[in-house]
Amino acid sequence: MKVDDPPTVESPALEIRSARRIKWTRRRTAAKRFWREYRRSTLGMVGLVILVLFIALAFSSIFVDKSALSKTAVTEESIAPCTFVTLPCAPNSTHLLGTDADGRSVLALVIEGSRVSLLVGFAAAAITMVIGAMVGILAGYRGRVSDTVLMRTTDFFLVIPWLPLAIVLAAILGQNIFVLIAIIGFTSWPSTARLVRAQTLSVKEHSYVERSRALGATNSQVISRHILPNVMPVIFANTILTVAIAILSESALSFLGLGDPRRVTWGTMIDAAFDAGAISIGAWWWLLAPSLCIVLVVLAFMLCGYALDEIINPRIRER
Amino acid sequence: MSVLAVKDLWVTYRTQLSEIPAVRGVSFDIPKGQVLGLAGESGCGKSTIAGAILRLLPARTKIEGSIELEGEDVLGMKPGRLRAVRWTGASIVFQGAMHGLNPVKRIGDQIAEAIVVHQQAGEKQALVRVGALLEQVGLPTRRMRDYPHELSGGQKQRVMIAMALACSPSLVIADEPTTALDVMVQAQVLRLMKELQSELGLSMIFITHDLSVLVETSDRLAIMYAGKIVEEGPADMVFHSPQHPYTEALAAAFPEIGDDRFRRKPMGLGGDPPDPADLPSGCSFHPRCPKAFDDCSTVEPELYPAGERRRAACLLVPAAKERAGAHA
Amino acid sequence: MASQQRYLTGKLFQALITLLFILTFNFFLFRVLPGDPIRLLTKGAGQRLTPVEQQALREELGVDKPIFPGQYVQYMGQTLRLDLGVSSIVAPGESVTSLFFEKFPKTLFLVGLSTAASIMIGVVLGIYGGWKRGQAVDLGSMTGSLVLYSIPEFVLGIMLLLLFSNALGLFPSGGFESAVGDRAGLDRWIDILHHAFLPWLTLTLAFIGEFFLVMRSSLLDVLGEEYISLARAKGLREKYVLRRHAVRNALLPTVTLIALSFGFVLGGAITVELVFSYPGVGLMSFEALEARDFALLQGTFLFFSIGVLLANLTADLLYAYIDPRVRTS
Repeated sequence: MKVDDPPTVESPALEIRSARRIKWTRRRTAAKRFWREYRRSTLGMVGLVILVLFIALAFSSIFVDKSALSKTAVTEESIAPCTFVTLPCAPNSTHLLGTDADGRSVLALVIEGSRVSLLVGFAAAAITMVIGAMVGILAGYRGRVSDTVLMRTTDFFLVIPWLPLAIVLAAILGQNIFVLIAIIGFTSWPSTARLVRAQTLSVKEHSYVERSRALGATNSQVISRHILPNVMPVIFANTILTVAIAILSESALSFLGLGDPRRVTWGTMIDAAFDAGAISIGAWWWLLAPSLCIVLVVLAFMLCGYALDEIINPRIRER
Repeated sequence: MSVLAVKDLWVTYRTQLSEIPAVRGVSFDIPKGQVLGLAGESGCGKSTIAGAILRLLPARTKIEGSIELEGEDVLGMKPGRLRAVRWTGASIVFQGAMHGLNPVKRIGDQIAEAIVVHQQAGEKQALVRVGALLEQVGLPTRRMRDYPHELSGGQKQRVMIAMALACSPSLVIADEPTTALDVMVQAQVLRLMKELQSELGLSMIFITHDLSVLVETSDRLAIMYAGKIVEEGPADMVFHSPQHPYTEALAAAFPEIGDDRFRRKPMGLGGDPPDPADLPSGCSFHPRCPKAFDDCSTVEPELYPAGERRRAACLLVPAAKERAGAHA
Repeated sequence: MASQQRYLTGKLFQALITLLFILTFNFFLFRVLPGDPIRLLTKGAGQRLTPVEQQALREELGVDKPIFPGQYVQYMGQTLRLDLGVSSIVAPGESVTSLFFEKFPKTLFLVGLSTAASIMIGVVLGIYGGWKRGQAVDLGSMTGSLVLYSIPEFVLGIMLLLLFSNALGLFPSGGFESAVGDRAGLDRWIDILHHAFLPWLTLTLAFIGEFFLVMRSSLLDVLGEEYISLARAKGLREKYVLRRHAVRNALLPTVTLIALSFGFVLGGAITVELVFSYPGVGLMSFEALEARDFALLQGTFLFFSIGVLLANLTADLLYAYIDPRVRTS
C-alpha cells in the first residue's frame, strides 16, 4: 500500500477559518439540496409563487396614492363613471374591483390591506414562535419540575377558547394595531410550545447531547449547538402554519369590529362591507376581493407548509 | 421436495427517482425440516427476501425469478390463493418487542384471528388452540386476555412465535426475532425456537445479522452481501472455516468464548455496506476486503464450488482460479 | 375494572381543578385592568353616572373591597351560585345566567349538529383518503380540505349568503325563524331548519378540512406500523386490516386533536351567528362586546371555556374507551 504524505499543518488561525468555511459550505450544500427537494413539490411551488406575488403586492402599497384611501378625498371625478347615488359601485373600467360605500377604490384598499394584513401576520407569528420555542425547549430540555409546570400551563391555555379570550383582551386593551399583534402573538403559543417540546425531547435522546455534556458543555452551549439546530426545521415548518393562523385570527378579530379603525386590513374591509349591508345590496366585489386575498394567502402558506412537512417528515411512500 | 425453492430472485425497489436493486440473483433451497440461516449486515437484502416470499413488499416493487413454496409458484398466485397460503403455507416471526403487535387488541384475539380467518376453527375452538399455543411457548394460558403493553419484551416475542405457529405452517420465516431483546432473554427465546423446530419438524429461515446465533440454530448458512449470497454451506463449516473474506470478518465480529481464533487478532471490518443504488464494480466487497487484489475490481465472482455442499463467491477460491484460467 | 374507575375519577378531578383555574383566570382577567373598573364598565356605552350612582355601582360590584381575598371570595361565591351578575347594556337588568340559559339551546342546536356532521364526514373521508393515498379521491379531498381550512368561517358564511340567499333566493338571510306568521308543530320546525341550514352548512364545511387532515395523517402513521404488515402477512383482506387494525389505532390521536380544536369551533360559532344574525350565545357575545357590557362579556368567556372543558372531558372518556393502555395501567 502507498503511504500518504503526512498532512501539512497550517497555522491555527487558518485552521479556524477553514473550519468555519467548512461549516458554511456544508450549510450551503444542505440549503441547495433542500431547495432541489422543495422544487419537486408542485403544490409547494404553487404556494411559494402565490406568496411571492402577495408580498410583491404588499410592497407595491408604498406606491399607492394615500388619497385613494381617504374618505374625505372622494369627489365626483374620482368615482366616475359611478355617481354618489350608485355607491358602492360594481367593477368597471376605472375601478377594476369596484368601489366601497364611500367611493374608494376597492383595489387600492386591497393593496393597502395586503401590507398591513401580512405585517400583522408575520409580527404576531414572530411573537408566538419566540415564546413557543422558548417554552418548548425549556420544558423539554430541563424536564422534571420545569417541564411539569410549563406543560400544565400550556395545557391550561390550550383549553381556553381562543376567540373569546382575544375578544375580552381587545375589549379591555383597546383597538390598536400593536395591541392586536400582541394579543394574537401572546395567545397562540401553546400549540407551538407542545410541538417544540416533543421535538426537543426526541433530540435530547440522541447520544451526542449526552456526550457533549460529558465533555463539559454548559446548558446554553448544548442548547444552541445541538438542540436548536435540530429543532429548527420543525420550528420553521410550524412558523409557516402560525403565520397563516395569525392572518386568519386578525381577520376574525377585525370582522368582529376589534380592528384598528385607522388602518385598512382585509379583515376590516370585510367588516365595513358587512356592516354597510353589502350582502343585501349585493355588492359582492367589496366582499369578495378581500376575502379572496385572505383565502389565497392562507392557502399559499398551507401549501408551503405541506410541502415542507413532506420533506422534514418523509413517510414511507409505499406500503 | 423442498419446502421452499428460490431461483434467481431479483427484487428491485422502485421510487419516484430511481430503481434500486435490493436482491440480485439469489437462489437457495430449503428441504423439509431444515433450518437455513441467512446472515448479513443491514441493507444486504435479507429482510427483502423474507418479504418477497409472501409477496409483502410494497406494490411497486419489481420481483423477478421464481419462488416455489411446496411446489407452488408464489409469484404467479392469484390474490385469493395468496391470502390463503399466507400463514398456512409460510408464516413470519417479526420482532415482537417493538410494534409487531396491535396495541389495542388482546393478544389472544390476535393469535385467534389467523386461525379463524383461515377457517381452521370457529371462534371458541380457536381460543382453545390459542391456549395450547401459549403453553407451547412457555406462557400461561390466562395471558391470552392481556394486552401487549402488559407483557415484557421476551413475552411478546414468545407471543409472536405462538402466532406464527397458529396455522401449522410448513415454513417459518424468522426475521430478526431476537435482535431487540436483552442477551439473557435472547438466549431463552433461541432455545425455545430450537426446541419447537425440532419438536415440530419445522422448516425455517432464520434471518439475522448476528452470526453466532445462527451457528447454534441453523443447519445451513447463507451469507449475504449487497443483495447477493456470497457464501453458502453447512453452518458449522461456514462459521469455523470461512471461504469468503466477508464471512471471516462477520464471524470475527461475534466471537465465541473459548475459541482460540479470537484470542489474538484484533477484529472488525472498516467501512460501510455499499449503497445499493451505487454498487462498486466487480466484486461488491472489494473496497472493504483485506484480501482484495487487482482482478477483484473488474471481475464479478459467481458462487464457485468450495468444498462439499459449499459455495463461495470469491476469486480466491481454488475453483474460481480454474474457471478464470479456463476463460483466459 | 377498578383501574378504569380510577382513570375516570382522575380525569374528572383534573377537570374540576381546571375549572377552578378558569374561574380564577376569568376573575383576574376583568379585575386586573388598567384604570377604574367603573369607568371601563360604562365607557363603551357612554353612560354618564353621578358620583352617587358610581359609588352605588361600586358597592354592588364589590370593587370597593380589596381584590384578594375580598372581591375574589365574593366572585367565587356568586359564580358557584350561578349568579354571574346582571347585564348592563344588552338586556339591562336581566341576569346573565338567565340570558345564557335562554340562548344556549339555539347555539347547541347549531353547533351540535354541525360538529357532528363535520366529524363524521371529515373522519370518514380521512380514512378513505389515507387508505387510498395518492389516488384521485385522496388528492381531491386533500385539496378540498386545504382550501376549506384556508377560508375563515365567516367568509364562508358570507359567500354562501351571497350565493344562496341574495342571488338565488333559496334561503333566508338570517335569523332563527320567520318573524311573520304563526307556524306551529312541523311547519315551525321546517321553518327553523330552513333558517338554520346555511349557518349549519357554514360551520360544517369550515371544520371538515381540519378533521380530514388530522384523521388522514393519523391513519398514514398507523399504516406504516409493523403490526399492519403482520396483519397482511396473516392473510387478512385489505378492508379487514383497515377496519379492525388500522382505524382503531388511528382514531386515538384523532380524538385528542379534535377535542383540542373545539375551542376554535366555538369561536367560529360567534362569527357565524353574527353573519346570519342567528340569535344564540355567539351573537349575544358579539352584542356584549359591542356594548362593552362587561358582566355579560365575562359570562361569555366563562361559558365558552366551560364548553371546551366539557368537550375535552368527553374526549378523554372516549379515549379511555378505545385505548386499553390507558385503562389498565
